[in-house]
Amino acid sequence: MSETLDKPAAQATLNVVGTRPIRPDGADKVTGRATYGADYNMPGQLVGRILRSPHAHARIVSIDASRARALPGVKAVVTSADFPDLASEMHDGGEAASNLRDLSLNVMARGKVLYDGHAVAAVAAVSAAVAEEALSRIKVIYETLPHVIDVEPAMSPDAPVLHDYMFTEGLETPPTVASNIAKRHKNVRGDVDAAFAAADVIVEDRYTTQAVHQGYIEPQACVAAWAEDGRCEVWSSSQGQFMVRTYCAKILGLEISDIRVTPAEIGGGFGGKTTVYLEPIALALSRASGHPVKMVMTREDVFRATGPTSGAVMHVKLGALSDGTITAATVELKFQAGAFPGSPVGAACMTALACYDIANFTIVGWDVVTNTPKTAAYRAPGAPIAAFAVESAVDDLARKLGMDPIALREKNAVRDGTKASYGPTFQNIGYVETLAAIRDSDHYKSPLKPNQGRGVAVGFWFNIGGESTAAIHISEDGSAAVVTGNPDIGGSRASMAMMAAETLGVPVERVRPMIGDTASIGYSMLTGGSRTTFATGMAVVQAAEKVILDLRQRAAKLWEVSLDHVVWRMGQAECIDPAKPEKKPMTLAALAAQSGRTGGPISAQVTLNAQGAGPGFGVHLCDLEVDPETGHTSIVRYTAAQDVGRAIHPSYVEGQIQGGVAQGVGWALNEAYIFDRDGRMENAGFLDYRMPVASDLPMLDTIMIEVPNPRHPFGAKGVGEVPIVPPLAAVANAMRGAIGVRMSSLPLSPPAVLAALDGKGG
Amino acid sequence: MAHITVGSECWPFTGGQSAFEVEAASVREVIAALDVRFPGLGDFVDRKMAFAIDGEIHQDAWFSPVGSSSEVYLIPKIGGG
Repeated sequence: MSETLDKPAAQATLNVVGTRPIRPDGADKVTGRATYGADYNMPGQLVGRILRSPHAHARIVSIDASRARALPGVKAVVTSADFPDLASEMHDGGEAASNLRDLSLNVMARGKVLYDGHAVAAVAAVSAAVAEEALSRIKVIYETLPHVIDVEPAMSPDAPVLHDYMFTEGLETPPTVASNIAKRHKNVRGDVDAAFAAADVIVEDRYTTQAVHQGYIEPQACVAAWAEDGRCEVWSSSQGQFMVRTYCAKILGLEISDIRVTPAEIGGGFGGKTTVYLEPIALALSRASGHPVKMVMTREDVFRATGPTSGAVMHVKLGALSDGTITAATVELKFQAGAFPGSPVGAACMTALACYDIANFTIVGWDVVTNTPKTAAYRAPGAPIAAFAVESAVDDLARKLGMDPIALREKNAVRDGTKASYGPTFQNIGYVETLAAIRDSDHYKSPLKPNQGRGVAVGFWFNIGGESTAAIHISEDGSAAVVTGNPDIGGSRASMAMMAAETLGVPVERVRPMIGDTASIGYSMLTGGSRTTFATGMAVVQAAEKVILDLRQRAAKLWEVSLDHVVWRMGQAECIDPAKPEKKPMTLAALAAQSGRTGGPISAQVTLNAQGAGPGFGVHLCDLEVDPETGHTSIVRYTAAQDVGRAIHPSYVEGQIQGGVAQGVGWALNEAYIFDRDGRMENAGFLDYRMPVASDLPMLDTIMIEVPNPRHPFGAKGVGEVPIVPPLAAVANAMRGAIGVRMSSLPLSPPAVLAALDGKGG
Repeated sequence: MAHITVGSECWPFTGGQSAFEVEAASVREVIAALDVRFPGLGDFVDRKMAFAIDGEIHQDAWFSPVGSSSEVYLIPKIGGG
């Protein structure tokens, strides 16, 4: 590694980073040219369809597919018998290790179905109509079992147990009886009982949230082709082509080298596309039929069978001195995991008090399996749920103390040097600056109208780094292609092009960002955890620096000077050898045009495992208005401030913040999985599962605070997850202001608001 | 000696002990030292935990340096959405 690579690209003046060029994927997306998962087609492809369980919990007695196989046009039928019966084994493939047995059982049920919508069989046929007919001909005999949907009933000793092999982890005394409680998390600091005893003011409440879906516009879709020589190709929409490759290989018992996965354009993921559902099934159908197989989920499939995030029951108690110093906290979080362990309650425990410097606390989290779809990641997994409870309690504490809610948060805020509630000591954080930005905003000083309320809430997310690969190839005209291994779910292509352009010193229009398939670019951890601009961006900058070093070496040879006498400035090599003042600068284009004669193509690749991602903080301010006759709520003004490190493309960063707010507002006001008494989802469609649309929201104002992360060449921090953390509580706190009643259960739907108003009146 | 702090995830290996010191110059050496002191903990930590070294989180990074007086918190590996 050269000296150039060892130090960050110190930039006194930035020409590209921080500007707002036209997004490289924009034209394709607005003209319909972008190729999403469902847009791929292959000659001779079949249509794949999945038969899903109508029961929330049942034993599969038998599956008879003979009538389906006999139907003309049906080319293959697969069940769990067509997949290896995997042992319990944790394996790295996505962001964190997954249990391969659970992953496989979620893709295709074996022995039992664990939720309404669980896949039990799949067919491949010449048309959708034939495939649908074939599904109706598959006879599955079920023995229905008692089911449990909500988290607290699932924790009960007499609850129906989903997995008779599951014993609670994390208890002081290992249990001897199986239960639905997969794990207990616990984090303790100080003497919480003594602190509560000495507190001047105490608040406490019980809070509930419902399971909500990521709500990406594009349903899961893929095409899989199994060739005669055993080699496979998959085209699919996901947050990580390498994740798809690894999980397909494990679930089907293949060598990784036998699978090539090409990422499609992705129509939203938000964490929900960090695992596989269709791809292994499509591959199995292709293997059985000898044809490529295309599978596209319906919206109903998406709701019934792909991961929502958890519904939760929480209890928060806070104690404070009369001056506003929060001295004690207890937080208990009970999270639905869905059919298999792995709710985000661990992260929720770590983030719950992360914005506060509190000397004494106990945080306990419970990961609980339920007869609902296995939860999947959703932006800042777990943190919005915990923040809803904690930030509601902090709001009540401010009221009880008679303090301004921002002043209370400023008094107890974490700063550089504060030991975070989850352990480490914070560095280079911009939280108090973010609080101050909201405190000093025009919005915070503006008056409210009748039936309006104002809420403040804060949020935290770690952000991560991880493994990334980036390659830069210089064309003979001096333009550049930047290839990475990360699907672009939030504008990363623009960021990659801009960071490469900034480093190389060329216009961003001369840089074309691309996303490689698993055979054409080195391994990259999936796009998630707000890691791509940080980690993959670091790889891009280092690759650009390698290119520059190569260019300087070539220029030095051409000029017959030492490398030290060649500098790279503004996209060209300059000779600074005082003995050769006649040497004119050589541009990237000029050097590229001679590349064949000076050593061959100019290209560089960097692989790294980025560490030192800087955490992010957000402070949100929400004004809403309630119609007391209907209970309908309108968000009338919203401002979100966030420490973003350095905004590479400010418009994208603002978009990330606005998107998080929009999703959080939907989570707060309307969204919820609704199950009937048999455990079947009743609102598996956007008509009945109400997400916000543009007309539901005002312009969402953003304030970007830039406290750079010194570990990134340009100071970037992850920005995609923080903005969904505060909105649930910001809305709930505004509702408290508007109606004078604390609503501690989400969603704050019109019937719930009316009930709260009725209770107040009574 | 680096100052190591672990949470409840590691207590089954440490018998409830949360803080101790080890002689180690890298994450990998910390893992090895933990395994010597608490058999099985090293493998567990390697698979499931991230290292917050002097406030900076390092995940799956064996060769990240650990200073002679570093503060090292072991926290569950972090993902995201």
